[in-house]
Amino acid sequence: MNRIEVAKLSKLPEKLGMSLKVGEHDIALFKLSNGKIKAVENRCPHKGGVLAQGMVSGEYVFCPMHDWKICTDSGEAQGPDMGCVKTYKVEVQEEKVYLCL
Amino acid sequence: MEKKKLVLVGNGMAGVRCIEEILKMKAEAFDITIFGSEPHPNYNRILLSTVLQGDTSIQDITLNDRAWYEKNNITLYTGETVTSIDSDRKSVHTDLGREVEYDQLILATGSEPFMLPVPGADKEGVTAFRDIKDCETMIDAAQNYKKAIVIGGGLLGLEAARGLINLGMQVDVVHLGSQLMDRQLDGTAAALLKKELEQQGMNFLMEKQTTEIIGNKRAEGVRFSDGSVANADLVVMAVGIRPNVQLARNSGIAVNRGILVNDYLETEIPDIYAVGECAEHREMVYGLVAPLYAQGKILAERITETGSSKYEGSVISTQLKVSGVDVFSAGHFMDDEHTKSVKIYDEVEGVYKKIVFRDNRVIGAVMFGEIQDGPRLFKMILEKQDVSGIPKIAVLAAPVEEAAESAVASMPENEVVCGCNGVTKGAICDAIVNQGLTSLDEVRDCTNASRSCGGCKPVVSELLEYTLGDDFKYIEQKESICSCTSLSREEVLEEIKIKNLKFVKEVMHVLDWREKEGCSKCRPALNYYLGMMNPQHEDEAASKFVNERMHANIQKDGTYSVVPRMYGGVTTAEDLRKIANVAEAYNVPMIKLTGGQRIDLLGIKKEDLPNVWAELDMPSGYAYGKTLRTVKTCVGEQFCRFGTQDSTSLGIELEKKFERLNTPHKVKMSVSACPRNCAESGIKDFGIVGVDGGFELYVGGNGGTHLRAGDLLCTVQTKEEVVTMAAAFMQYYRETAHYLERTSKWIERMGLEHVREVLFDEEGRSQLVGRIEEALSYTKEPWKEIINNKETKEKLFESLSV
Repeated sequence: MNRIEVAKLSKLPEKLGMSLKVGEHDIALFKLSNGKIKAVENRCPHKGGVLAQGMVSGEYVFCPMHDWKICTDSGEAQGPDMGCVKTYKVEVQEEKVYLCL
Repeated sequence: MEKKKLVLVGNGMAGVRCIEEILKMKAEAFDITIFGSEPHPNYNRILLSTVLQGDTSIQDITLNDRAWYEKNNITLYTGETVTSIDSDRKSVHTDLGREVEYDQLILATGSEPFMLPVPGADKEGVTAFRDIKDCETMIDAAQNYKKAIVIGGGLLGLEAARGLINLGMQVDVVHLGSQLMDRQLDGTAAALLKKELEQQGMNFLMEKQTTEIIGNKRAEGVRFSDGSVANADLVVMAVGIRPNVQLARNSGIAVNRGILVNDYLETEIPDIYAVGECAEHREMVYGLVAPLYAQGKILAERITETGSSKYEGSVISTQLKVSGVDVFSAGHFMDDEHTKSVKIYDEVEGVYKKIVFRDNRVIGAVMFGEIQDGPRLFKMILEKQDVSGIPKIAVLAAPVEEAAESAVASMPENEVVCGCNGVTKGAICDAIVNQGLTSLDEVRDCTNASRSCGGCKPVVSELLEYTLGDDFKYIEQKESICSCTSLSREEVLEEIKIKNLKFVKEVMHVLDWREKEGCSKCRPALNYYLGMMNPQHEDEAASKFVNERMHANIQKDGTYSVVPRMYGGVTTAEDLRKIANVAEAYNVPMIKLTGGQRIDLLGIKKEDLPNVWAELDMPSGYAYGKTLRTVKTCVGEQFCRFGTQDSTSLGIELEKKFERLNTPHKVKMSVSACPRNCAESGIKDFGIVGVDGGFELYVGGNGGTHLRAGDLLCTVQTKEEVVTMAAAFMQYYRETAHYLERTSKWIERMGLEHVREVLFDEEGRSQLVGRIEEALSYTKEPWKEIINNKETKEKLFESLSV
């Protein structure tokens, strides 16, 4: 597995997403209110909306395009919508955020 | 906790609905016993006429089969009648000698048909039309006999008569009065109805008083007070129903026409309640299903202690279920000295419509022949909609769009109702039926319909009404601001004020939000309300919709569009040059003129936004905000040969004054210099039309989802008055509208007259102006703010790179 340092923990704003491009991967990185960092594919399964710009509530993000509710943990769209985005493993060590690809 | 013993007397629609509501609220808290005199489980009594008419079978009208009672652990005694209540020992006794104790007792004994006390009324072949047994009697009679008489030309009588005709009988309808359905129709509609039913083969004997049923063992005919006689082998009495109060009366419960209940459906004896047709509330006894269901819901809240809603009476609407006859009536539809009405009478097509107004509000309607406007009018009646300023005849002639919406019944199943989310009528109706949905919010959450632009809400609402009941019902509900809370906007605002709440998070925490961190619906709303109530409130970026957070419009590919401010739609060569330079420097893929007279640069990357703004060096045009968007203007008297006012400079002044102010939804203004109205002031939130010597002010216009012509608020003489009126209007809208409610909807909800009263009151107006001035004093130019703030730039506009 490939572990890449992508950000400093303190630089990530709480409840706001950050866009991140790693090679071919477009990723949305979130710092939730409980301090956890989550990473999902930055493309809503509905019409490709930029999830990084969505509103974050708990562990969910609301897509800014058509308000789909996506779980940042499982990547799954919440009912009644159906779909799933890819999720990425994130590790935090000594104030540094790593993405596992 | 030990379960409470809940006993229901009466296994009919009202009582069982109440139990269903209780099960939804607190299924585990009660041990439920139900007694029903009829041998059947709960069935849909309203549909008996369709059984008689051959459209449905008795099995089809069962509402709760025995499995339902079992599943919910309800003890059901059918064919058993409760004969007395011992309120001291808290128990009920039945005709089979059973005694059952209760902690709480619901009486839902319904009504009994009124049988005329004439000689011979007990003969064979004389029946009421009330229950399955009566229905079976009539179906049997039709197989052996030819001729029937229905006594009573009301709703029930006519439905029975139609059913008997379908069963092959010859039918005379006997009516005491001179007009049919006199409780539901006026004279004109009644006459049209009579004509139509005669064509269907019904024979009427009007103004006849029945004095005797003649015959030997079986009825052979009816004798009237004028001495005449009509022959019949079957006599159906449909002269009315009366509340079944015998049990209550015998048990010492206060009774008038029905069992007396208060706004919580409580009788005068503690722990005994009454609901449905047997209950009398504020001197009204209801016999239609919608009010009974509404009562059931409120009683359920009372019994489960989950709410404290009051029942305050219902406005009812009636439709006759006779195929080929379209009749609708609702509210107060008879003329009196305080009412005025609008009538359309098309003798050729057999169409009659009448709408009754009092104090410029719709209070009742009767329609014959064409009734697709029924739901729309009923809604206007319930909401007591103010129609001053609208030609009254226009209330009858629905806008084309709405007329089409009303015809939900004939809409094909696969027709898309919600164009935004591609949800069909079939999908919505399925969800309503299969998942037991009863509100717009639930339909939205389950199916997505109306989740986006909301334009289809009226249709979804009609589908709800259409699907939920055949006498369509209207469930009046408190609208919570979203599914994270049960509190309404008003309640939330009140709490914010009392508890002096300052942050979105704090509001959600203190008011015990179900979803701790809220959702994309409530958070922006709370952010707005906090700012409206406290002008110093700091906007919370995380609770703002992307466009307002980024101060640009997000596009489908994740790029943004930039619209610089161009006051009044007037620009200069210098500004145009700057825009052209930026467009070239950033390879802007599309430059577009907007509907609001601005220039839109589309396809700009997020990271470039701050630099684009810096190079433009123009203020934000706020093309993305819930705020004043643009003031569109015509050329005006500076150049135009028709112009009577200087529209451009007034437009510029208004735009400079009100820009950047947060409002519940976007606000569009325009100024035209003459009634030719080139700036389209009739479809703006606040539209100004210059006339010779003054300005007409139009409000609540909309050219978008909810196409609506603005109402003329008033005519003023000076520019200063225009600005003051605009300020007061904007502030009143800010303070009273729901978040995301455009002025077009808001003005309909508030009523034009009411808004006028507020704005025309000099003191109130100057206070509104004072408050908006304060709010305006805290606004800042957002693009400059961001350009000069490194942290915000990093946080919002930069991407991480590896």
